[in-house]
This record gives sequence, structure tokens and C-alpha cells, in this order.
Amino acid sequence: MELNDTQKKILEEVADLHKIPVGAFNIRSDGESVGRNSTANIEIVSKPDVSGIDIRIKPGTKNESVHIPVVISRAGLKENVYNDFYVGEGADVLIVAGCGIDNCGSADSEHDGIHRFFIEKNARVKYVEKHYGSGNGSGKRILNPVTEVYMDEGSYCEMEMIQIKGVDDTVRTTHAELKAGAKMVVHERLMTHDQQNAVSKYDVELNGEGSSADVVSRAVARDDSYQKFEAKIIGNAPCSGHSECDSIIMDNGRILAVPALEANDVDAALVHEAAIGKIAGEQLVKLMTLGLTEKEAEEAIISGFLK
Amino acid sequence: MLELKNIKYEVNEEGVDIGILNDVSLTIPNGKLTVITGPNGGGKSTLARIIAGVIRPTSGQILFNGEDITDMSITERARKGIGFAFQQPVRFKGLKVVDLIRIAKGEQKLSSADACKYLAAVGLCARDYINREVNSSLSGGELKRIEIATVLAKNSEMSVFDEPEAGIDLWSFQNLIEVFDGMRKNIEGSSIVIISHQERILKIADEIIMIKDGHIEEKGTSEEILPKLTGTESAVKSCGIVDLWKGGDK
Repeated sequence: MELNDTQKKILEEVADLHKIPVGAFNIRSDGESVGRNSTANIEIVSKPDVSGIDIRIKPGTKNESVHIPVVISRAGLKENVYNDFYVGEGADVLIVAGCGIDNCGSADSEHDGIHRFFIEKNARVKYVEKHYGSGNGSGKRILNPVTEVYMDEGSYCEMEMIQIKGVDDTVRTTHAELKAGAKMVVHERLMTHDQQNAVSKYDVELNGEGSSADVVSRAVARDDSYQKFEAKIIGNAPCSGHSECDSIIMDNGRILAVPALEANDVDAALVHEAAIGKIAGEQLVKLMTLGLTEKEAEEAIISGFLK
Repeated sequence: MLELKNIKYEVNEEGVDIGILNDVSLTIPNGKLTVITGPNGGGKSTLARIIAGVIRPTSGQILFNGEDITDMSITERARKGIGFAFQQPVRFKGLKVVDLIRIAKGEQKLSSADACKYLAAVGLCARDYINREVNSSLSGGELKRIEIATVLAKNSEMSVFDEPEAGIDLWSFQNLIEVFDGMRKNIEGSSIVIISHQERILKIADEIIMIKDGHIEEKGTSEEILPKLTGTESAVKSCGIVDLWKGGDK
């Protein structure tokens, strides 16, 4: 399988991949699978009815990874892709997804990925998803990911969701249901610039005793961009939930943060925090006394904040 | 060498100009540790901030090695060789201690081991701190030492420390004195300015400048000034301290 330069660049951005990955992978480019590998423990098969794949991870699989990057380099392409992950009992895996759109044309390109995770008892998943856009065409780069996570007893899921650059329009929807003792940790990092628009919604149901969720978002809105962050944690059992939205606004950027908590059990302990503000002047001054220009100081602060 | 010529700094409060610094002229020589002391509100920190360029004087001139830097930005002054440690260090969400030290040193690729040297110098167990975020999880004293470490890493021709002892506990204070003592021993070709009230910092000074009510009250070598300031009644008087034990609160 050969990759062209645009594909290589996008793969590097979204999956830190410089070449074909080791282990299980599926690389999707412009609407079709251009490379796939299953391993003894991880099987990847196409869905018969709709576009997308099933990823089946055998119980007990340890220290293996799955890469499923998506590259779109054709203007005007719009697709819905359904990927389902079945993570067997006691498995411990890394899943790297991510989508990059390079749009040099005038028609909009759109990838809507619907990812469902079925995480069995005591399994552990680390999921990394990066979204990236490039290209100087007037066509928009649109990504609307839907993530659903169903966690069985004692399972653990850590999600890193990153969208730093170049995506014009995005609506991210994440829904999770946790059974007893399950734990979910989400780190979202989102930067919008120019006229971009981003909405990120979380809806986490803590249904089992001892379940917990920690949803942390760090966001930067620059230029004329707009972001909306909605995080709802519902405690239906003795559980603990925490959501945090920390945002920096610059230029004419705007952010709406709507944290919500719903406790339906007297032993549900739920906390939310939200803060929005510009970069503190004294932070800039400190870095300037170390020799950075104001612009460099701003970049250092933002890249640290989004790291 | 830094020269301040006729520095005035005024702020306007409700239409009234209030003089914070009134016609301050002084020279800070190379190869010396100069301590600027004096009562609270006397203008010491304002002077330090004017040197670093954080605030601009209302009038007057600042020369650094003969070059007029009065209108230079903070960045330009930093690049010319002026370092500044804040009295109240700034917190950063996301930036790590090692990031700040790399920025200070101007080497993005500075190894963690090399960065650790500066933390060890301020008495922090480097391994525990190097990868910590410079955020509110750090105590005031830890933050203060990290602040000093960044100024050490910058290795400026002139380093200005604004009340380094503020917020540092008694146990760490001895360590801090050793840091400054160490800097003083390697001072050749550079200079250190410390804004301080602490007698033990005054004791390691070569030169002492006392600022009160926005002007220089006294200046001279440590031998000349220190006896006047410490352990004598004049110290109490000149610092405007009310001695409660002698019924001074009445």
C-alpha cells in the first residue's frame, strides 16, 4: 500500500503515524479502506449493511493497539461511517482514531463518524481521537463525531479528544453509560480560529454503584470563532462525577459553557467547574521578562494550555 | 551597569497625581550585589518594575551599559540582559516547570537533567517538580523558588529579585540566602539587585540603597548603611516601625 504526501501529512497529524502502523489497523481514505490488518487478538471486518467496520478485541488482550485513521483529500466528499468496538473482558488496549480533511476545493467535505464502544467487565481502553483540517479551498471541512460508550462493571475508559486546527464546523456528541465500578476519564482539547464553529456535548450516565466520571475540557477560541460546551453528568447511583471546562478567549472569540449535573441518588457526589477568560496579562509579562515577544508568549501559553 | 536618571513615577487617582517615585537617580554597578530596602509603600517594587520595563516611568531616563533603554519593551530589555523575579509569581495552567526553565534558558531542547540543576539550586528536589504544572497545586513557597530558578536559568547580566523572601518559610529561607550567596560568588561581569527587608539579605549586600517616600533616603556600602539600619533605634525610626512593646501603638 502506497500513501501520497497529503495522506502522509494527515496521518502524521491525526495519528502521529509516519508509516504504516504495527498491530491492527484500518486506514480509510476518500471513502474506502486502503489498508487493513487484523491480528490474532484483534479482528477488523467491514460492516455488511453500512459503511464502517467492527473491531473485535478478544478478552484478555493486553498491550495491543488499534489504529483507524481517516483521511479525506477530495473536496465535496460527505460520508457517514459506523465503527463499533467490542472490547473483551479484561483486555487492555490503545485505540487511536482521528480524521484529517484536506480540502483545496470549493465544495464542503464532511466526515461524520459514529463510534460505539462496548467495553466488557474489567477491560481498559485508552482512546485517542485527533481531528485536523488543512487546505486553502473555500469548501468547509466538517466533522461531526458521535461517540457512544457502554461500560460494564469495573471497566476503565480514558478518552483524549483533540481538535486543534482547521476544522470549520463540528458538532461532537458523546454519550456514556457506566455500570458499577466503571470509570471514565475524558480530556478534551479544542481550539477554534477564524470563523469556525464548534459544539461539544457530553451526556454521561453513572448508573452503577461506585462508578465515576471526570470530564475535563480545555478550549481556546480565537479570531471570530464560537464554541459551545455542554456537559451533563447524571448520577443514578452512589457515584462520583466531575466536569470542568476551562477556556481562553482571544480576539473576538466567544464561548458558551453549560455544565449540568443531575443527581437521582442521595449518594451521588457531582461537581462541576467552568471558567472562561482571556490570557492573564501577568502571564504574558512573566514570559516576556524571560525574553519572549508578546506573540511568542501567547503561543507558549496556549500550547501549554492545550497540551 | 545600570543608571537611573531623575526617574519619576506618578499615578493618577481620582484626578489627583500621586508621586510614587520622585526624582530617583542611582547607579547600579557591575560585579556587585545591591539590596534596595525601605518601608512598605516607599516605592521599592515600583523601581524594580521600572527597571524590568513592566511599567514605564512618567519621566526620567534609564541607561543599561550606556544604552538608553527607557522606551524599550520588556522583551527587548530581557534580551539585552535584564532578568526579573516577581514578588508574586504567576501561575500557568498547562505549562510545566521544565517548560518555563526551557523558555528562560532559551533552549527548547534543554534536557530535563540540565533543567533540574536550577531547581536543585533553589532547594527543590528536582525530580518531584520538573514535570509539574506551574498551577495552583504548587504552594506559594514552591512557586517562589521556581520563579527564582527561572531567573537563574536565564543567567542575565543583571538579575532583579523583588522581595524573594516573601512567602518563603523559615526553613527555606536559609537555603535562599545560600542561593544568593552562591550567585554573589559568581557575580563577575554581572550584577544582582534584591528588593528586601530581610536583615540577612542586607548582610550579604555590597551596596544598600534605602528608598522611602519615593526618594533615596540613604545609599552606600553595606558597612556604611547596615549599622544604621539594624539593631538601632534608627532602624525603627527609618523604617517607620511602631514598637508595640514600648507602647508605640498609642
